[in-house]
Amino acid sequence: MATTQQRRHDTVRMILGWIVGLIMAFPVFWMGLAAFKTEQDAAAIPPKLFFSPTLENFVEMNERVNYLHHALNSILVSGTSTALAILLAAPAAYVMAFYPTKRTRSLMLWMLSVRFMPAVGALIPVYLILVYLGLIDTLSALILITCLANLPLIVWMLFSYFKEVPAEILEAARMDGARALTQLRYLLIPLTAPGISSTALLGMILAWNETFWCINITATKSGTLALAIASFANSEGQFWAKLSAASIASVAPILIFGWITQRQLVRGLTFGAVK
Amino acid sequence: MASTTTPITVPARARSRRVMKTWPLLLPSVAVLALWAFVPLVLTLWYSFQNYNLQMPPAVFGGLINYEYLLTDPDLPGVVFNTLIMVFVPLIVTVVLGTAFAVIYDGPFPGQPIARILVITPFFVMPTVAALVWKNLFFHPVWGLFSWLQQSLGMQPIDWFSSHPMTAIIIIISWAWTPFATLILLTAMQSLDREQIEAARMDGAKSIARFYYVVLPHLYRPIAVLVMLETVFFLSTYAEIYVTTMGGPGSATTNIPFYIYSRALMGFDVGLASAAGVFAIIIANIVAFFFVRIMSEQI
Repeated sequence: MATTQQRRHDTVRMILGWIVGLIMAFPVFWMGLAAFKTEQDAAAIPPKLFFSPTLENFVEMNERVNYLHHALNSILVSGTSTALAILLAAPAAYVMAFYPTKRTRSLMLWMLSVRFMPAVGALIPVYLILVYLGLIDTLSALILITCLANLPLIVWMLFSYFKEVPAEILEAARMDGARALTQLRYLLIPLTAPGISSTALLGMILAWNETFWCINITATKSGTLALAIASFANSEGQFWAKLSAASIASVAPILIFGWITQRQLVRGLTFGAVK
Repeated sequence: MASTTTPITVPARARSRRVMKTWPLLLPSVAVLALWAFVPLVLTLWYSFQNYNLQMPPAVFGGLINYEYLLTDPDLPGVVFNTLIMVFVPLIVTVVLGTAFAVIYDGPFPGQPIARILVITPFFVMPTVAALVWKNLFFHPVWGLFSWLQQSLGMQPIDWFSSHPMTAIIIIISWAWTPFATLILLTAMQSLDREQIEAARMDGAKSIARFYYVVLPHLYRPIAVLVMLETVFFLSTYAEIYVTTMGGPGSATTNIPFYIYSRALMGFDVGLASAAGVFAIIIANIVAFFFVRIMSEQI
């Protein structure tokens, strides 16, 4: 009896699981479809599921905004800012996880509270400082700010991974006379590599999708895809097929990246909340 | 046995050596975060007392004039209310849906890995694009999919962004963030000891009771973490408004970030925008205060 009930549960699970999945992904699918439609087909009533596809929208989008240029900026900003943030965060997370003191907890909470500070509160001074330094619309400014914006979350994620490494292993290695660098190379890095890569994945996704700073401190030269699509939307608001082409082109790289790495990402997203 | 050799006098020196060893590792991130937190804060405070419009430089000291203007702005209560609505409603929606979805995906079924990939897809879509898709392809009063659906059902199509702008924006935010909630809660659920559920089943607990008494208590911590993280992101909702309503109609969908944006970058009024920035920081700190207290129990 239990097995028939179990089987019924599994059927319900399957039906619900697929319905939910299809609904959630439908807007992206529909946008992808519109990208290959002519403008007439995209605005057709009733909506067209079948049509003769065209690549015209992508060609025209690339003429309007230099896609490759912005895509390269996106890759540079998300990659570099995440790498920088991990380089800064890993030593701190290591110390706080393995050598906790009385102040560790308040230090962690302080870092968290920095992330609570709204970006808009910092916008004006940051903008004026960047103008003063001649750094408006430069990649280095955007990389630095994205790194700082994500740093608290990255410290926190790394901290929760490092805490999962049993301190006894390191203690044993130290007893056996392993120096800090040896411990790092043969124990810490292998043990924490999955955690670090999950953290890097999340950092890159957040950086890729970061829009606020990008819209406000960059322009055509160093803008990422987030800026390109926002400015494209302002000028081409009525041309949905072209807009959809630009949209799908700007999410496609991170979407494919995310699909491929989702297992690591799923495993990583506990923020130390699971013990 | 080794612990018997820990006299009280040694730690003082050991501790000072340890501090010597660890602070260089802590310093870089603490220093940059401190700069990042305090320099803009101090400058925002400074500008908030200036009468400074970029179109009419230079800045002159204006005392509390910006705060006076801000706090007597008839739009302000609505703006604060909008901000809170844009935080709390998506929070409730994403946590409820995320829990439900996690329950669904916490078990094998044919095609589960693919269905799970479909569910988390919105997480990778940047906010601008999410807003554009919904605005043009779904919410458009003439050519949108919703209007077509309503017309085929014989109903009058709705112009979402003029009659229900807040609902529309909340739908967009919730769609974009439900996958994040699902991911965190699913991971948490999969860490639950299966034997506990099995034991509850043996004791005759129905599936609803099992969920309520075994699974849900296990999810409290992850939900607390999730609520805090989402609050951080929802408090600064910006791109969704920028692309869809530009804060309108009137100020119906203006939240604090967008209010500052429209004052500072459209109105060039640095002083007023800074005062609003200080205001935003205060609101965020009030919210953060509660969450940081919750989180301090998690560390």
